[in-house]
Amino acid sequence: MFVRSFGRNLVNAFAVIMLLAAVSVTSVSGALAQDANTIVMKNFDFSPMMLTVKAGTTVSWKNLDGEPHTVVSPDGVFRSHALDQGDVFTFKFDKPGTFKYICSIHPKMKAAIIVE
Amino acid sequence: MSTDPKDIESRRGALKCLAFGGGGTLFVLSAGILTPVNLALAASKKGPGGVTGTPLFLQISDTHIGFNKEANPDVAGTLKETISFVNAMPVKPALTIHTGDITHLSKPEEFDLAQQLLSGLNVTELHTVPGEHDVTDGGGGEYFNRFGKASDNKGYYSFDHNGVHFIGLVNVMNFKPNGLGALGEDQLAWLKQDLKGRSASTPIVVFAHMPMWTIFEPWGWGTGDADQAMSYLRRFGSVTVLNGHIHQIVQKVEGNITFHTARSTAYPQPTAGNGPGPGPLKVPSDQLPSMLGVTSIKILNHPHVASLTDTTLV
Repeated sequence: MFVRSFGRNLVNAFAVIMLLAAVSVTSVSGALAQDANTIVMKNFDFSPMMLTVKAGTTVSWKNLDGEPHTVVSPDGVFRSHALDQGDVFTFKFDKPGTFKYICSIHPKMKAAIIVE
Repeated sequence: MSTDPKDIESRRGALKCLAFGGGGTLFVLSAGILTPVNLALAASKKGPGGVTGTPLFLQISDTHIGFNKEANPDVAGTLKETISFVNAMPVKPALTIHTGDITHLSKPEEFDLAQQLLSGLNVTELHTVPGEHDVTDGGGGEYFNRFGKASDNKGYYSFDHNGVHFIGLVNVMNFKPNGLGALGEDQLAWLKQDLKGRSASTPIVVFAHMPMWTIFEPWGWGTGDADQAMSYLRRFGSVTVLNGHIHQIVQKVEGNITFHTARSTAYPQPTAGNGPGPGPLKVPSDQLPSMLGVTSIKILNHPHVASLTDTTLV
């Protein structure tokens, strides 16, 4: 039921997280890891707008708006397809740095991930 | 404010548009002036008061095939209604221009359905420009695979029909940092060249997805480098600039240039600044058809103005 009530992308994301949890001995539960590194898109904003993570972290973005959004790094590091309401996009940050990104449909929406 | 009779005539057109509220615009050519005509009137054979001529073209916009949320769970249905409406017109325009956001999420199956539905239009030619929803896959591969041929995969192109020079521009693939759309240097250089040597008496129709003037900057409702494009267009006696994107009618007249945005056939959006952002606006279902529609355009010779008429689904 849990799986059925969410989008396919979330199922995929969940699968990725479970996989990560499985390979990482020190990982807490998949659900907790997801909450800490999940950014939501709501009311035409990314929240939080700035997220700091350790290298190797997988970050998830979930769109809660009725309007689709995308997650696009102008440098081409990562790019989601259009995320409909409830859809999730994930990306694993392997290298340290500051990664700015926007929604390409609503480019006023700007945020950044800092990878330590 | 200009009191030029041409402008006054155009403002009358704008008022007419406001009075009708809906989904599409029909453009008619009558001795060189573009005149928008109300679709309901065109379909009922009465003809709008004082406006005669053959419907030149129809503008349809923001069909958003693939959208299925509460603001309109059946966007394919409302597009079909729009198409039936156009097909019921006694004299049909030769061209349809789709000003973008054909699909909601740029998915192949959305494009396929949109093409299938639009092929039901009894109008000879369909011209398109992409909206930002059509190119979310990055380079716009799905859009260009289907609609790229006319422009040699550039997206922007021009053609002539009945003495009118039509120019399709792309302002959704090169956003400015402030969120406004942009044409970019290559396209502006192409536009300048395209217009070079053309007689100022040639009626010009420019179509692009995002508004070519800044309606509301915080929501990105504008095109950052549109002024440069307008500097090439100002010398022409009749310029009609048609956009979509904002799912509601806003019109402005500046000298010989008439700017006009069309309704969506899918769902309305809030007026500028009203709410957190430009998302789908949920209205009572009995009000929805009055907020969807198309625009029809006639071109009249005397006075030299384009006449635009917006028509809703009811």
